[in-house]
Amino acid sequence: MATAQNNNSKLVIKLLAVVIGMFGFGFALVPLYDVFCDITGINGKTSNQAASYQSIEVDESREVTVEFITRTNTGMPWEFRAQTHRVKVHPGELNTVEFYVRNPLTKEVVAQAIPSVSPGQAALFLNKTECFCFNQQPLAGGDEASLPMQFYVDPQLPEDINYFTVQYTLYDVTARTNDLPQKENPFLTQQESSGK
Amino acid sequence: MSKANDVISPDSAAPEHDDHHDHHDHIPKGITRWLFTTNHKDIGTLYLWFAFIMFLVGGAMAMVIRAELFQPGLQIVEPDFFNQMTTVHGLIMVFGAVMPAFTGLANWLVPMMIGAPDMALPRMNNWSFWILPFAFLILLSSLFMEGGGPNFGWTFYAPLSTTYSGDSTALFVFSVHIMGISSIMGAINVIVTIFNMRAPGMTWMKMPLFVWTWLITAFLLIAVMPVLAGAVTMVLTDKFFGTSFFDAAGGGDPVMFQHIFWFFGHPEVYIMILPAFGIISHIVPTFSRKPLFGYASMVYATASIALLSFIVWAHHMFTTGMPLFAEMFFMFATMLISVPTGVKVFNWVATMWRGALTFEVPMLFALAFIVLFTIGGLSGLMLAITPVDFQYHDTYFVVAHFHYVLVTGAIFSIMAAVYYWLPKWTGKMFDITLAKWHFWCSLISVNVLFFPMHFVGLAGMPRRIPDYSLQFADFNQWISLGGFAFGLSQLIFLALLIKACRKQGEPVSDQVWEGAHGLEWEIPSPAPYHTFETPPVVK
Ligand code: HEM
Ligand SMILES: [Cu+2]
Repeated sequence: MATAQNNNSKLVIKLLAVVIGMFGFGFALVPLYDVFCDITGINGKTSNQAASYQSIEVDESREVTVEFITRTNTGMPWEFRAQTHRVKVHPGELNTVEFYVRNPLTKEVVAQAIPSVSPGQAALFLNKTECFCFNQQPLAGGDEASLPMQFYVDPQLPEDINYFTVQYTLYDVTARTNDLPQKENPFLTQQESSGK
Repeated sequence: MSKANDVISPDSAAPEHDDHHDHHDHIPKGITRWLFTTNHKDIGTLYLWFAFIMFLVGGAMAMVIRAELFQPGLQIVEPDFFNQMTTVHGLIMVFGAVMPAFTGLANWLVPMMIGAPDMALPRMNNWSFWILPFAFLILLSSLFMEGGGPNFGWTFYAPLSTTYSGDSTALFVFSVHIMGISSIMGAINVIVTIFNMRAPGMTWMKMPLFVWTWLITAFLLIAVMPVLAGAVTMVLTDKFFGTSFFDAAGGGDPVMFQHIFWFFGHPEVYIMILPAFGIISHIVPTFSRKPLFGYASMVYATASIALLSFIVWAHHMFTTGMPLFAEMFFMFATMLISVPTGVKVFNWVATMWRGALTFEVPMLFALAFIVLFTIGGLSGLMLAITPVDFQYHDTYFVVAHFHYVLVTGAIFSIMAAVYYWLPKWTGKMFDITLAKWHFWCSLISVNVLFFPMHFVGLAGMPRRIPDYSLQFADFNQWISLGGFAFGLSQLIFLALLIKACRKQGEPVSDQVWEGAHGLEWEIPSPAPYHTFETPPVVK
């Protein structure tokens, strides 16, 4: 009977190891997902590091249309629009587009723009040498600004893609920047009152 | 070899276990019997009653949903409360009714089928049951909190469950954790019992199919319940502790939630159907008076379904904008699952072929299962076709699909199992007239309830919305009427079960059903409190 007990505990320990391993695996899916998407670009995320632009051959024979769309997240009160809605570019050539923002509130708000490219594969071939989305953007109440984005399309862009869309969503991250008190986040205040 | 010391309830003095026939004398009395029991039969009974109560509670919520949808427009409840009803209905039916019912059946049947005196870990068995009621008390009580209970669907997609949810989300997370711990403990117990406690001669390929399917289910459980625990934990920290797993503003990705959830979610749907396959594979041979056709292929089909279930999850996400290659991969992988499933249906039909069929109540439910589950499988196949899923996704067509596989699949199999083994448990035949009423009322009403959902779904009625456009009104009235009738039919089952537990009815023989074979039919009816303390020898 002692051996039966032993067998049981051995098996239980192995099974518990599987359980703990799978709990860990659930969390490991997060970095795995990011790495997978970084390599394949399938979730349309662009790199959040500036690309360098050095003597790239411009492919004059090809023309690609890049479209820009802007959105603000729920509760984000800024005005946000692309000054250029659509550009035709040659792969390899450097372009600059501008985005207009205005903070209509009376207090400072910090914004973070998140890009998303559709179709997703194009994200890997959109190289940004300069982008407002690389940093958080603080803006005092009532201020407006023009935010630049400089990019070139990699000449390696697959042949079948000749039109792609870049969407920027603006999030209010004031609450995440530690030096500001939490309740300045207009979204959070709205949540509290709707909860009642 | 005897595990006698383990199976005695703490409140009873150690009885002598030499003689097989005086064991029922030592059944402890009163409430403490149930609180402290480590007996697999008692725990099985607790699980089954708990599951049945949850089935009625979740059913009551479905009645609220169907009452609201009886007519277009907002009639009875607020949209937010409607959402809470769909959410909690789903959670209760999945985690409170179907899964505990299968665990209850495993407790009753696995030791009896493999010739073991009890489950391998009887004390843990007691714990895994008794934490369950607390999980559901927490979940249900969250409905009465300020701001209401969970309203984001049983799939709790971020950001619905993170950014837009109420404070009660913490309770939701906590209760899911407890449910998960309970099922993981139950699964470990099943695996250890089957590995270590089979009677001499009970080789792997002699194991009854209910035991096989439950073994594979238990492995699925320990593989994916921890992933669910991880997902709810991430929702908790995103909501309350400022992490950004699923929040794009902080570098996370809401679509990743869906990947993690469905990595759990698809194996979970097989957790709810594999034991059903086992049950049907017992009942069909009994009432066909023939051995099961293709035993080995049943085992391999079950194992391959379980393995495939890990690579199809994104068929729930066809519309999230995946690249073409991924859409194709998940489409074909999903379709592949219907091959082993088809093997099973084929084997059941082949078992009946030229059999001496009789149609006792368990067989009626089993036959209804085979036909109706196959309808659910076929609508699943339609949903697996990526381009058409763009039309069907998030409509009532999906609702029709998963209710055919879950209600007329999982639930019907549980009812079939209860009717099949109940006489063994109580020693008395159940009330056959009531049982037939229960079957026919359920069969007709369940189809009135779920079949028209295919049509309103194809016509574009979205799921999880308390209102709909006028052209869906007639169908929805039918659906609601079917729903009320199905709900009422279950009260017949309740009456029958109460009668059975009071031990009313004709005494039955040890074999109970003429064609039944297996160790559980060789012990006396009712099954004594302790069985197989000296292991039987399986030839
Ligand atoms: C031949 C087998 C099956 C196939 C091909 C299949 C396919 C699918 C597909 C493609 C979806 C997603 C539909 C959508 O959201 O647009 C789905 C949903 C679902 N299936 Fe199946 N399925 C099968 C069997 C099952 C079984 C056996 C169960 C459970 C016992 C099940 C339960 C569900 C559930 C619960 C959902 C909906 C989940 C939700 O969104 O809430 N399916 N199925
Ligand atoms: Cu699935």
